[in-house]
Amino acid sequence: MTGKALPLRTKMATSLSRGAAALSRATGRGDGSVIGGKIGLMIDPDLLANLASGREIALISGTNGKTTTTRLTTAAMGALGQIATNSLGANMPTGHASALAKAGETRYAVLEVDEHYLDQVMTATHPRIVALLNLSRDQLDRAKEVAMMAAGWRMTLAQHPGVHIVANADDPMVAWAASSASSVTWVAAGQRWHDDSWVCPDCGSRIERENDQWWCTGCPLRRPTPQWVAVSGGVIDPAGTYRGIQLQLPGRVNLANAATALAVATFFGVPAITAVPRLAEVASIAGRYATVVREGRTIRLLLAKNPAGWLEAFDMAEPAPTLLSINARDPDGLDTSWLYDVDFSPLRGRRVLITGDRAMDLAVRLEVNDVQFEYVVSFGQALATMPPGWFEVIANYTAFQDIRAELDRVN
Amino acid sequence: MSTESTPTTESHLRLVWIYPDLLSTYGDRGNLLILARRAALRGLGVECVEVRSDSVLPEQGDIYLLGGGEDGPQAMAAQRLAADGGLHRAVVRGAVVFAVCAGYQLLGESFFAKGVQYAGLNLLDIRSDRGPSRAVGELAGEVNSALGIPTLTGFENHGGRTHLGPQAHPLAKVSVGVGNDGTTEGAWRGRVLGTYSHGPALARNPALADLLLLWATGITPAPIDDTWPERLRRERLTAVTSR
Ligand SMILES: [Zn+2]
Repeated sequence: MTGKALPLRTKMATSLSRGAAALSRATGRGDGSVIGGKIGLMIDPDLLANLASGREIALISGTNGKTTTTRLTTAAMGALGQIATNSLGANMPTGHASALAKAGETRYAVLEVDEHYLDQVMTATHPRIVALLNLSRDQLDRAKEVAMMAAGWRMTLAQHPGVHIVANADDPMVAWAASSASSVTWVAAGQRWHDDSWVCPDCGSRIERENDQWWCTGCPLRRPTPQWVAVSGGVIDPAGTYRGIQLQLPGRVNLANAATALAVATFFGVPAITAVPRLAEVASIAGRYATVVREGRTIRLLLAKNPAGWLEAFDMAEPAPTLLSINARDPDGLDTSWLYDVDFSPLRGRRVLITGDRAMDLAVRLEVNDVQFEYVVSFGQALATMPPGWFEVIANYTAFQDIRAELDRVN
Repeated sequence: MSTESTPTTESHLRLVWIYPDLLSTYGDRGNLLILARRAALRGLGVECVEVRSDSVLPEQGDIYLLGGGEDGPQAMAAQRLAADGGLHRAVVRGAVVFAVCAGYQLLGESFFAKGVQYAGLNLLDIRSDRGPSRAVGELAGEVNSALGIPTLTGFENHGGRTHLGPQAHPLAKVSVGVGNDGTTEGAWRGRVLGTYSHGPALARNPALADLLLLWATGITPAPIDDTWPERLRRERLTAVTSR
């Protein structure tokens, strides 16, 4: 877009799109990011391509961590100036169009992409670099099977040979998908959830694991040698230098997200030494990881949308009283079967409260898992029940939004 | 319900999860966990065995579990089980089989996967084909009175339709959802039982779990505290009848 005139239809669509977003915010019907893009795309189907044209774009995709990694990458790249980004997590093409329109002219953009839309968004935006975090089961009643998703990515990447890829070497599905690309930076970002990658996506043989390594027992697919490694308290860069990162975000998985963000930012020329302190400034993302003090209780909010996300949340949570809240509305997926894919045993010995639309499903699951719990009818009752002190809240998508609303839409 | 004498005399229950590497979608492990817990609460020793598709299926199991899966793995599982023969011999010996979704379909005479008809294991007199649309959502229905258990409640997610022959009894009469064909749901004969209620079907149907334990041990399981499963059942059955 820099130095290049926009076609008239795109200009029209962009200004209409901004107007609609403002209207949507003013009428309180939403944050404006999706509705603006929708109206824009109706007027100009090439809107996203036109808005992307001339920018240097990074795309971030994967089942978990894409919103966080997008924010970390944007923070690191802030050293280069203004960065366009879809910071509200509207991660489909309408959200991208809306974000780019709103940002106006920028040289760089960092966009979070829903894993189902990677092909469409790569085709429309011609990114310079794409970061792929992980693939695991999300919502079976809506999403493709994991191996099918990996196969789709693999085909997409093969069709865009000029795009540099940053990929998680520890996730066999991601590694297989990314190995069709012509240039890849591998990040040892870890994989706590193994249940979607016991079988080789290429040949169907069993995948073996030992320590950090994994390999297929039937074909040459194995863990690529990583250039970036997330370790305790920091990362090791491609030159082998340890770089400590004082992240405010909890958990080993966020160090891995920081490593991916550094891989992207350094690709665009930001020195790691400049990028690292910028990562440490990120405190919370749309309420995730936010801490709120209420009536002597410090409440921390963790979002977990799928089995892999729950395992990561247990790793992040302090061994403190914990509220779990589960809904099964449309954005969550209507099926709660996944509860049995999560091992809740890390919560044994903690005081556990449960709530949400589907608290009864959770109650039965916890009973089978030998985790003691108390049922409360609402977040408010949980708050009243908890003693002063640290209090972890782990919730799935709409349950998280409900609690965030009760805390005045904490960011 | 089967009235044959039961083969298990030791107080040790062997639960065999068949091919979790091929047939395991959302929460299928739940059925294994729930049976193990309910058996343990009745003082039974429990041994859980997970048998991968590259291994020989042990024939001395008491309850065999089959989960759901995509078309490719379903066809592969049926072929490997037919070639293995162990499940047939276990059923002849009197073992219990509990299967959901894709695992249910492959117990029949034939099923469709990726548009191709495959031979099933012929352990149930059923045939499955493709329906006009995918059945996704809550599933409920009154259970065949011969089984003596309350209303079935579950969640279904399948594209198949299943037709029962004269040798198979329907598990339930559908009141919400699709099940086999919009009329009946699931099937059983002897100690082999299958359902479209996917994933952790036994979480919402503790009486069905106890029926499987009765079939496997010959002993009526003693009552246990089912406060939470009963509250879950009430909530789900109320949710589907009130909409
Ligand atoms: Zn292989």
